[in-house]
Amino acid sequence: MNFPIYLDNNSTTPMDPRVLDAMLPYFNEKFGNAASRNHSFGWNAEEAVDYAREQVGRLIGCTSKEIIFTSGATEANNLAIKGVFEMYGSQGNHMITVSTEHKATLDACKKVEKMGGEVTYLSPNEDGLINLSDLESAITDKTILITIMYGNNEIGVIQDIKAISAIAKKNGILFHTDATQTVGKIPVDVIADGIDLMSFTAHKMYGPKGVGALYVRRKNPRVKVTSQMDGGGHERGMRSGTLNVPGIVGFGKACEIAQNEMDGEAVRLSAMRDRLEKELLTIEEAYVNGNVQHRLPHVANISFKFVEGEGLMMGTKDIAVSSGSACTSASLEPSYVLKSLGLDDELAHSSLRFGLGRFTTDEEIDFAIDHVKTAVNKLRDMSPLWEMFKEGIDLKTIEWAEH
Amino acid sequence: MAYSEKVIDHYQNPRNIGTLNKESKMVGTGLVGAPECGDVMRLQIEVDDATGIIKDAKFKTFGCGSAIASSSLATEWLKGKTIEAAMEIDNMDIVEELALPPVKIHCSVLAEDAIKMAINDYRVKQGLAPIEDNKKHY
Repeated sequence: MNFPIYLDNNSTTPMDPRVLDAMLPYFNEKFGNAASRNHSFGWNAEEAVDYAREQVGRLIGCTSKEIIFTSGATEANNLAIKGVFEMYGSQGNHMITVSTEHKATLDACKKVEKMGGEVTYLSPNEDGLINLSDLESAITDKTILITIMYGNNEIGVIQDIKAISAIAKKNGILFHTDATQTVGKIPVDVIADGIDLMSFTAHKMYGPKGVGALYVRRKNPRVKVTSQMDGGGHERGMRSGTLNVPGIVGFGKACEIAQNEMDGEAVRLSAMRDRLEKELLTIEEAYVNGNVQHRLPHVANISFKFVEGEGLMMGTKDIAVSSGSACTSASLEPSYVLKSLGLDDELAHSSLRFGLGRFTTDEEIDFAIDHVKTAVNKLRDMSPLWEMFKEGIDLKTIEWAEH
Repeated sequence: MAYSEKVIDHYQNPRNIGTLNKESKMVGTGLVGAPECGDVMRLQIEVDDATGIIKDAKFKTFGCGSAIASSSLATEWLKGKTIEAAMEIDNMDIVEELALPPVKIHCSVLAEDAIKMAINDYRVKQGLAPIEDNKKHY
């Protein structure tokens, strides 16, 4: 085993060697610009991009013409949200999203508000799922877009996308979903799921960083977004800029591999994840965050009460995981996603997110189980709060000498 | 965040973790911090009846590596000191010894506060007046 063990595949994934092999010729041998129409260099590049577009489209059940390549999911979210606001501004200025979305969505929505739009931020239930009735009652005659992520990056909770898109369709509202964590992990079909716009990215599915896509529906209804990048009119005028040919080739290959291997991989990863979770929940006062029935197969988010987050990260340095406390240099900010579920700061701070991946082994999971158990037990042995809890003292009754 | 070697050493091999009998007249206990702030430190001293010297010190800390190291170091320094000498321990001595970065100075402040609170708890049990601490930390 190589240390630290990588269990942070929601942040990014290592590239599959098969993807790298597919990309390599497009850096030097076949370096052409896909927009060059006058020579074979350009034609070769264009052909490679067309092929990749088909590979990507096939994975999500759309035609290749409906794929707009971007620099990643952040750009795709921005293009979808701001692009719809600008394109459909005459029909209304209201959008609906959820407080547990990724920052790329939330900040694009904030921008829409600055540009004169109105945004409703729904709060999820304690398990991370939204109430469909909340969504319905948030709709106004000005609503032009509902944007709700498919699978959450921190807790892995999968929203009821079919039900949400049905509500959008019934009300004549476009539906965008950020499926960054979902595409390539579980089957996603934009037709069956009723999705109008969808953001996703290569580097979360063993492809390269710096390339992603926005799916833009062309039929029933035909959707358009106003470009956020002006220039040569690439990507059907919705996203200018010379195409990242090697990246796109890699993205296509990653999609093809995912399509072929996703089913088996999901079974293998969820078995490993369940084992990890079951073992870690044998620790007293450990809790899973988020709904466990509607969840991505490779994600587990667990809080350990009475241990402090930064100390826990220090004690688990042999595994690379994410913590619920975003330890910035000056302040400890607990995760806004976990806080949206109603967790208090303490539990949000002491959470770990495990993101398993294609290259995770059973041996690594065994190690992670032991490593986390040891760290939690050690920190609790040192914790005055744990001692008080064990003595039956209610910590809420203590007057703390706060600083 | 990069921790100094000394912080890592105290985190991995904390000195004097434990609990002294807080009911004993010879034991002083200081409990500082708050769970929602991410740091709670409990520091205890046991004073020798005959000599007036701190013969044992224990801690338990809920917090980051720097908070654990600050309290662990404090217990090392307390042992063998008189109460008067223990009162002189300054948080900046802890900062220097552990090479704490500016964002972690509050850990050393907590340790100093815990020491003083433990000493005063002991003094009150002995029928003595608590010592006022006029030092401004911020």
